[in-house]
Amino acid sequence: MNLTTNDRASYLAAGAGPSPAAGPAGAPGRAPSFALETVGLTRRFGDFTAVDAISFGVPSGTIFGLLGPNGAGKSTTIKMLTTLLPPTAGTGRVAGFDIVRQPVEVRRMIGYVPQMLSADGNLSAYENLLIFAKVYGIRVPQRRKRIMEVLAFMGLADSAGTLVNKFSGGMIRRLEIAQSMLHRPPVLFLDEPTVGLDPVARRNVWEHILRLRDEFGTTILLTTHYMEEADELCQEVAIMHQGKIVTVGAPAAIKAAAGVATLDDAFAHYTGSSIKDGGTFRDAARVRRVARRMG
Amino acid sequence: MPPESAVSPAAWARRFNPVDFIRQTFAVAEADVRKLRHDPTELVTRAVQPTLWLVVFAQVMGRLRGVPTGNLSYRDFMAPGILAQSVLFIAIFYGISVIWERDMGILQKFLVSPAPRVALVLGKALSAGVRGLTQAVFIYAIALLIGIKAQFGLLPILGVLVSTLLGAGIFSTFSLIVACLVKTRERMMGIGQLLSMPLFFASNAIYPLALMPSWLQVIAKVNPLSYQVDLLRALMVQGGQSTFGLGVDFAVQLGILAVLVAVAARLYARIVT
Ligand SMILES: Nc1ncnc2c1ncn2[C@@H]1O[C@H](COP(=O)(O)OP(=O)(O)O)[C@@H](O)[C@H]1O
Ligand SMILES: [Mg+2]
Repeated sequence: MNLTTNDRASYLAAGAGPSPAAGPAGAPGRAPSFALETVGLTRRFGDFTAVDAISFGVPSGTIFGLLGPNGAGKSTTIKMLTTLLPPTAGTGRVAGFDIVRQPVEVRRMIGYVPQMLSADGNLSAYENLLIFAKVYGIRVPQRRKRIMEVLAFMGLADSAGTLVNKFSGGMIRRLEIAQSMLHRPPVLFLDEPTVGLDPVARRNVWEHILRLRDEFGTTILLTTHYMEEADELCQEVAIMHQGKIVTVGAPAAIKAAAGVATLDDAFAHYTGSSIKDGGTFRDAARVRRVARRMG
Repeated sequence: MPPESAVSPAAWARRFNPVDFIRQTFAVAEADVRKLRHDPTELVTRAVQPTLWLVVFAQVMGRLRGVPTGNLSYRDFMAPGILAQSVLFIAIFYGISVIWERDMGILQKFLVSPAPRVALVLGKALSAGVRGLTQAVFIYAIALLIGIKAQFGLLPILGVLVSTLLGAGIFSTFSLIVACLVKTRERMMGIGQLLSMPLFFASNAIYPLALMPSWLQVIAKVNPLSYQVDLLRALMVQGGQSTFGLGVDFAVQLGILAVLVAVAARLYARIVT
């Protein structure tokens, strides 16, 4: 879907109104209502532009994929939208709140799973969730119930008391998603949720992501460099290359517009390079570093 | 409509909830405490160094009778200094574990939560404080074993507890600030090593201020460690006396901690960029 200037203006107007707390759905009756939107979002590091004036909108209750090779700027985009990194230029709104001017409100509305496996290995699964339940102010009568609920939802109920450093990569990912949904955020950010997982674990994570959307109506922005993942999960994807969005739309529409059969070919069509070797040498070094950290 | 400032004091006051704030602070510390409970090896290895200082160094130096320690034996004089030292050595390297958590992505998840930065920073200070307290327990145990005349009244113990938390909080928050600026483990390690020994020797930990040349006295008097030692010396051992006065000791340490926490809270988010 391509965002028209009108859609954008009406969404921004709705969010900037007297009651931004109206929530993720925005003003009722307005279509389309975006749970998340960026306009000209830009981030530079020195004179290198990692994210270059990207604009897109994600309708409530859908899964949106940022698709691109290592170094495309996907993580940097997520860091800006989760308020971890201030943008150099442009704006973003999450659940109706401005990411620069209302960071605390934004933080109340989001869950985030970083790219690296970030559950604490020296705590049990239950303890990992317990700490964040407390940080998010989930009080005692519901706390235990809520934790057991999300563990069960992610298929981890039997491993609640196990130390996370005994977990497989797929289990850690599911635990992290469980943690990110503890406080029932309307918007979820998943940075490369299945990177490094074997095909079975990957499919398992996919199923849980879909259930999250279908049962809770959660709006999900995920990044990936696996084309089949985008095809399987996302209503819409944006193909990112060297910090820019080269095209955005439903996977089928993108393939049709490019006249190709797969998203891989669509990527090649739009960028003139293959997603497999789209990253630069510097990124390869970085990926290796991250891999070492995780290993 | 006017843009709503993210830091407008009125907006902040409206949204600030002291109960949540305290819960969040304790949750951050609780994560560390639970980790220590799963694997307390670190606490045991940390206890080796103070043991050496108290059992070997203090015994030998005490025989010399070269250090004027007033009515205290040299061992009694030194025990509070060694507690302060072991707290310092834990706290000054605390930034390394924060950088490690950044590399793991753990810190990022706290930073995208609605918890105020001050609560996150204070939580880290508190967890360094808990490590410091385990050292205090251990050093009291050695003190008992080797016959140091420790005070066991409720107020002195309470004072030692608070003083240990303050000292650990000051140096761990300082370390956290450095971590936010240098951002890598290697540089953090280097700076910790560069600072720990000068902070220790330019203090009243193992000799009194009066023994120092005047330039060193000046440095020792701006060194927060001196105030921690001064407080501990008055509270921990029988007959121990404060040089600066307990009120001054507490006030100076509280003031320094408040300033450091405020600075660290401003810088904290930088560690992930
Ligand atoms: N803190 C930083 N300082 C300098 N360059 C950075 C920083 N973070 C990311 N980059 C660079 O920005 C580009 C985009 O990075 P990133 O958003 O992580 O890409 P992706 O997630 O798509 O792999 C890369 O070239 C990366 O090296
Ligand atoms: Mg990335």
